[in-house]
Amino acid sequence: MEDLKLVISPSPHVRDTDTTEGIMVAVLISLIPVLAAAVYFFGFSAIRLVLLGGATAVATEAVFQKLRNKPITVWDGSALVTGVLLALTVPPTLPSWMIIVGSVVAIVIGKQVFGGLGHNIFNPALVGRAFLTASFVGSMTAWTGPFDTITRATPLVVGAARVRLPDLFFGSVAGSLGETSALAILLGGIYLFYRGILDHRITLGVLSAVIVMSFLTGANPVYGILSGSVLFGAVFMATDMVTSPYTPRGRWIFGVGVGLIIMLIRTWGSMPEGVTYAILLMNAATPLINRWTRPRIYGQGVQRS
Amino acid sequence: MSLLIGKTFPRGGKEIPHRKKATEGKQIVTLAPPQLVVIPLQQHIGARCEPLVSVGDHVKMGQMIGDSSQFVSAPVHASVSGKVVAIEERELLNGNKCLAVVIENDGKDEKYALPTRPVEKMSADAIREVVRSAGIVGMGGAGFPTHIKLKPPKTVDTVIINGAECEPYLTCDHRLMVERAESMVRGTRAIMKAAGAVRGIIGIEANKPDAIDAVREVIKDDAALSVTVLQVRYPQGAEKQLIKAAVNREVPSGKLPAEVGCIVCNVHTAIAIDEALTLGKTSYERVVTVTGGAVVDPRNILVRVGTPLKDLLDFCGGTLGEPAVLVGGGPMTGPPIASLEAPVVKNLSGVLALTAEEAGFDENRPCIRCARCVNACPIGLLPNTLGDLSAHGRYAEAAQIGLMDCIECSLCSFVCPSKRALVTWIKQGKAGWTAQRKSAPSA
Repeated sequence: MEDLKLVISPSPHVRDTDTTEGIMVAVLISLIPVLAAAVYFFGFSAIRLVLLGGATAVATEAVFQKLRNKPITVWDGSALVTGVLLALTVPPTLPSWMIIVGSVVAIVIGKQVFGGLGHNIFNPALVGRAFLTASFVGSMTAWTGPFDTITRATPLVVGAARVRLPDLFFGSVAGSLGETSALAILLGGIYLFYRGILDHRITLGVLSAVIVMSFLTGANPVYGILSGSVLFGAVFMATDMVTSPYTPRGRWIFGVGVGLIIMLIRTWGSMPEGVTYAILLMNAATPLINRWTRPRIYGQGVQRS
Repeated sequence: MSLLIGKTFPRGGKEIPHRKKATEGKQIVTLAPPQLVVIPLQQHIGARCEPLVSVGDHVKMGQMIGDSSQFVSAPVHASVSGKVVAIEERELLNGNKCLAVVIENDGKDEKYALPTRPVEKMSADAIREVVRSAGIVGMGGAGFPTHIKLKPPKTVDTVIINGAECEPYLTCDHRLMVERAESMVRGTRAIMKAAGAVRGIIGIEANKPDAIDAVREVIKDDAALSVTVLQVRYPQGAEKQLIKAAVNREVPSGKLPAEVGCIVCNVHTAIAIDEALTLGKTSYERVVTVTGGAVVDPRNILVRVGTPLKDLLDFCGGTLGEPAVLVGGGPMTGPPIASLEAPVVKNLSGVLALTAEEAGFDENRPCIRCARCVNACPIGLLPNTLGDLSAHGRYAEAAQIGLMDCIECSLCSFVCPSKRALVTWIKQGKAGWTAQRKSAPSA
């Protein structure tokens, strides 16, 4: 009993078991069905792009932190998540050097210049994607169909209604690596929701806005959700914790805003798809949304009953 | 096991591992008083007492040895009979120093008791006077002088007895409800009489079915009393959350429970009130839960005020290896123990020795804005924002978004995956803002 070393640290003295790494690992686990579908439909190209995207992101972050004499924190997994997510948003035929460039941009411009994890305003993977789309329009829209190397139009370009619904659901259509299989995305989303990482408000906000806008514009809402990258964006991109609001009401507003902008771009814009820009635009509005949607404080605005 | 039965509060909160198994079934055992007891002259919120005895005086067990003329204060009493050997500064559990009366135990336990009268014949004022004389303070942890609470500034209709015991590990209130239900109920009636309340509600979390049964058995013929089963959800035992769950009233920001017609008292406090009224016993002993993964034989111990903390650990077989941290009270809100020589005081509910596997510490990694703190906050605050503003000294901005409404339950720090010291920063912010307003009175 003598000479116990007493540690003086403030309460609480117990903590939840979840950690930042744990959350990043869970996101990677949730991407397994999507990765599997990408490999199934697009073969070796999928493996090539995901490995290059992920490895480049991790290496870029390590080099950047080393250059700035900051602690190297790549083991938290957040850079890997960014690289893998970016790879899943590009067409299977994208040249290797382009995914490397995109991944470097995602980490440097999207994340590190703001101060690293937790400080960035825009979803880093989508910053990388936006850069690639602006720089290499041809390669970024060279969609090939599954199981072949022939360039095809995506369902959004040909008109979704001319694609069979089961193909859209299971993913046997042309598109970016991770976006074609609704089933795989849903499996990942359910896992994230179960783990308490995915906030249903954002995902449901995006989807409900797309559905309502589809009705209003006379489009088929089922195709509206299943075609393009709406589902992938709603489950994996819009829900990025760092760049979406942290208030409950703010998350609804954010999700609905993303859905509305997607439909504005799709219906009246000059591009066939607008998920990337919809999310980036709403990212910019996030600090303002947080400020406007503070929860009611217990005991404020009440009188004696 | 998820216990979703029972009433609760509407916002935030979380079911956290309660780790009460080691002691919840263990009967309270008595620890013999030590050779020397150290009675701090401040064991409560408010003014410190002045000693009423001098070195060399003989004192009886239960005799008042310190009192204050200040309004917010409570007297302190000798916990053994014997000779006063010193009146000097002694270290408290949290490392602060406080003037204390040191008494050498003569082993005779010569008793001093307050005069008693049947409670039915006592006026509200007379009850409050006994509660003051007995030095009773909030024994759940707050240590607020109870006689002040019993004279509410507004009309009160409901007394709520707090048997939630929502802090992990602690089981002293649980055991007291099982073993001393009659005394607690008598104490509840006395509180109701003193406060002029017409009903009493005993709120107990659903993970204490034996306590619920024991209390229900005692009150079954009394229409004025009832048990409210509460959901196992931290911080269910926080005053405002308990009131919301039990009577669905919301205490206005910055006000006391009396504002909505309620008084909340802890289980142990109610028992102390009953003992003062029926036995004339002053507040010189209490039940403390000694537990944690590093304790050899965890127990609930009836112990005299002034007993050194190391005696409690020794009585429980000592510790296994090196505990990661020692805590006075519950692990969510209790301070770390800075000295094992420090004495037991009236509001100490637990002594915990936690292993490295059980304990968690601040790491202050970057906030990933996951919003777990926002979702967990039972008050509806933004702990991430308040923490940042407070840590940067921007107290006024923090105060505008509810800084002073924080109840310091620590759940934000608990849920944070980046292990940020949210509640610590917020507490600093509250202190900083209070100091700032004091030094520069509002124009």
